[in-house]
Amino acid sequence: MAFLEYAAAPESASILNLKAQYGLFIDGEFVDGHGDVFDTISPATEEVIASIAQATAGDVDVAVAAARRAYDRVWSRMSGSDRGKYLFRIARLVQERSRELAVAESLDNGKPIRETRDVDVPLVAAWFFYYAGWADKLEHAGLGPNPRALGVAAQVIPWNFPLLMLAWKIAPALAAGNTVVIKPAETTSLTAMLFAEILQQADLPAGVVNIVTGPGSTGQALVTHDDVNKVAFTGSTNVGRMIARQVAGTQKRLTLELGGKAANIVFDDAPMDQAIEGIVNGIFFNQGHVCCAGSRLLVQENVHDEVIDRLKQRLSTLRMGDPLDKNTDIGAINSAAQLERIRTLSDTGESEGAERWTADCRIPDKGFWFAPTIFTKVSAAHAIAREEIFGPVLSVLTFRTPAEAITKANNTPYGLSAGIWTEKGSRMLALVDQLRAGVVWANTFNRFDPASPFGGYKESGYGREGGRHGLAAYLEASGWDAPAALSAASSAPASASASKPARKTRKAVAK
Amino acid sequence: MTITHPLGLQPAERAVRLLGGDLTETALRLHLDGLTGVDAVGLEQRAAGLSTRSIKTSSKAWALDTIIRTCDLTTLEGADTPGKVRSLVAKAITPDASDPTTPSVAAVCVYGDMVPYAVEALGSRHATGGTEGIQVAAVATAFPSGRASLAIKLADTRDAVAAGADEIDMVIDRGAFLSGQYGVVFDQIVAVREACIRPDGSHAHLKVILETGELQTYDNVKRASWLAILAGADFIKTSTGKVSPAATLPVTLLMLEVIRDWHRLTGEKIGMKPAGGIRASKDAVRYLVTVAETVGEEWLTSQLWRFGASSLVNDVLLQRQKMRTGHYSGPDYVTVD
Repeated sequence: MAFLEYAAAPESASILNLKAQYGLFIDGEFVDGHGDVFDTISPATEEVIASIAQATAGDVDVAVAAARRAYDRVWSRMSGSDRGKYLFRIARLVQERSRELAVAESLDNGKPIRETRDVDVPLVAAWFFYYAGWADKLEHAGLGPNPRALGVAAQVIPWNFPLLMLAWKIAPALAAGNTVVIKPAETTSLTAMLFAEILQQADLPAGVVNIVTGPGSTGQALVTHDDVNKVAFTGSTNVGRMIARQVAGTQKRLTLELGGKAANIVFDDAPMDQAIEGIVNGIFFNQGHVCCAGSRLLVQENVHDEVIDRLKQRLSTLRMGDPLDKNTDIGAINSAAQLERIRTLSDTGESEGAERWTADCRIPDKGFWFAPTIFTKVSAAHAIAREEIFGPVLSVLTFRTPAEAITKANNTPYGLSAGIWTEKGSRMLALVDQLRAGVVWANTFNRFDPASPFGGYKESGYGREGGRHGLAAYLEASGWDAPAALSAASSAPASASASKPARKTRKAVAK
Repeated sequence: MTITHPLGLQPAERAVRLLGGDLTETALRLHLDGLTGVDAVGLEQRAAGLSTRSIKTSSKAWALDTIIRTCDLTTLEGADTPGKVRSLVAKAITPDASDPTTPSVAAVCVYGDMVPYAVEALGSRHATGGTEGIQVAAVATAFPSGRASLAIKLADTRDAVAAGADEIDMVIDRGAFLSGQYGVVFDQIVAVREACIRPDGSHAHLKVILETGELQTYDNVKRASWLAILAGADFIKTSTGKVSPAATLPVTLLMLEVIRDWHRLTGEKIGMKPAGGIRASKDAVRYLVTVAETVGEEWLTSQLWRFGASSLVNDVLLQRQKMRTGHYSGPDYVTVD
């Protein structure tokens, strides 16, 4: 027998207790939507998992009204430490139900259980824990004393990290005192529905988080709704641009986290084996469905052949298949539409003259699959060096000097992330200064931490998520200094009105 | 720094092939210092990633047997006696008396003065140079510290080979290595390898122990691995088992990467032996996964892979019994040695 053909080790889906049909989550309850229902399928088998309600503009209206009510009556009046308690509770429930969430995410998204179990779900909990701690410390968010929440946040998230993106959006919004209406991606609503159950378990006040499912039109109804104060979107640059146009001229605050075409720069003195792992992790993690994926490999010319040779050898050990098998490295492509896009762009790469190499993986009969692929002899003018493929496809370019590496790395309309591989610390620091990318990883790639701000330059969007910066995106400065006001009040003759100034002022601004 | 070998190093065949005919300490140093560095965080992350492989059912059964087949059953105590060694040999031949399908181990590993007793106890089961049967491995060269003159180390080695040892587990001079005297370490390995040659021209296999717990940094481990291979090691081995930490998965992964690179460069296959601290089947399976996914599963034979362990075999036997019967027994259902 061949040991490397590890016997099947599937995580059991029996831990899930799924309903056949999911409605919308509005005002603390699951309700039927007024639109059609649509099926969510497993991209690995094309089998239907559940049917999901499609929210109409009317449903969105109800959800926003619920969020506004919850904001006015409950959430904006609650102390920061009490909001924090709810967030801590959510974080703990995510941990308690982590296996279930990981299985559901793998089933619905197609990503391997190894990633949902070891990356997605632990980070979801970490995000809630982190922002729970911020809830009663907003005066340290960098906006001066007594920063104010914005109100109702409309949030639209993508399908590549369904639950993690939900956490990135909801955790800072709630910590800052906003209420939320969120729309998951059409193909990956399942874990948002399980998350709604967690919110019920956590006894979160009704209306603080509302989840509306549906296609792009639902999202459009949400972001264009008159009564939202903040729009946060993660997804494609095209949709982001559309949203920016729709929001322009309103009072809504906007953050966009869009596409990327990150350069992963490997110098000849790089720690070679770790760099190979980093390249693999950079582009083949989550089937390359990562906005910050290291999809452009820039290799110093004198080590190009060695790097490619080692990379091919390493890719030959990757295991593609059942996302629920604990030994699977590469899962399924999320949808037929995405698979088509990856195929089209790869074919373009070939016709433009780049050299294609694909790992020898057995493609399952059903589902959407794309084997890890490398393009060498790519030049900066090729479409595969410029357009975001959002799949397991790596374009390899070369450079000769650090200056050329920087020029090539920055020569993209995007600017979300970049990677540097070298054992020379001074070079690392010099390069970081010159790379126009929101995140630069040195001798690692695709590492995330709730304390670290994440976001892009140029067409990769604006605003930051994570850390103090991510919190500030859901706050505005009040200009009202409580300690100064208190000391002013105490120097005046004692009066009843001076005893609770903070609460009164807050109520007034919160309408 | 004093250059202790101005006139060049022993002409070890591999080093000459790679570094040129007039082998000097400078050439060796330039080569070892020119190796790309190791990023500790990345290495440990990769090892942790390999540890998440889930080995079940038929794969697990094969892995458990492979662990036994590639184990150097070891006793290296000051208190060792001929009786203890005979008992160890009996266990090596028949690890689990309750299940005759259990394979024998690869070798017994003892101090040099215990080699005659091990050879005698093995009798017809002694491999005597072939691949069938059980090998006798002897630790030599002033094990475990290596603090003795070269003459003593060579005498120690010759003694063990003459007594019938099939394999010599030598230690490198870590003091010399850490003070930058790569040439001293190199020449000693070459000399010990020559001492492994038997009168008939065949030679006892040489395992070179780096004692990675004393080398401390991964960069050092990488350099020492290359050094040992260039000087003629048949196997490179992590530890004596007398220093903590002994074998770890990241260190083993790193050494396997060097072995893989040597194979890419020359087509030659070097063996690997992690030793010390591997006690649980679950951990040992992770090592097998690391071997298979780094150098390839053709390394998973006793010619190219060994576990240096004393208590590991019993845990594997308990797992084997569990797979056969469906329930766990206990420590009294396997023999103590």
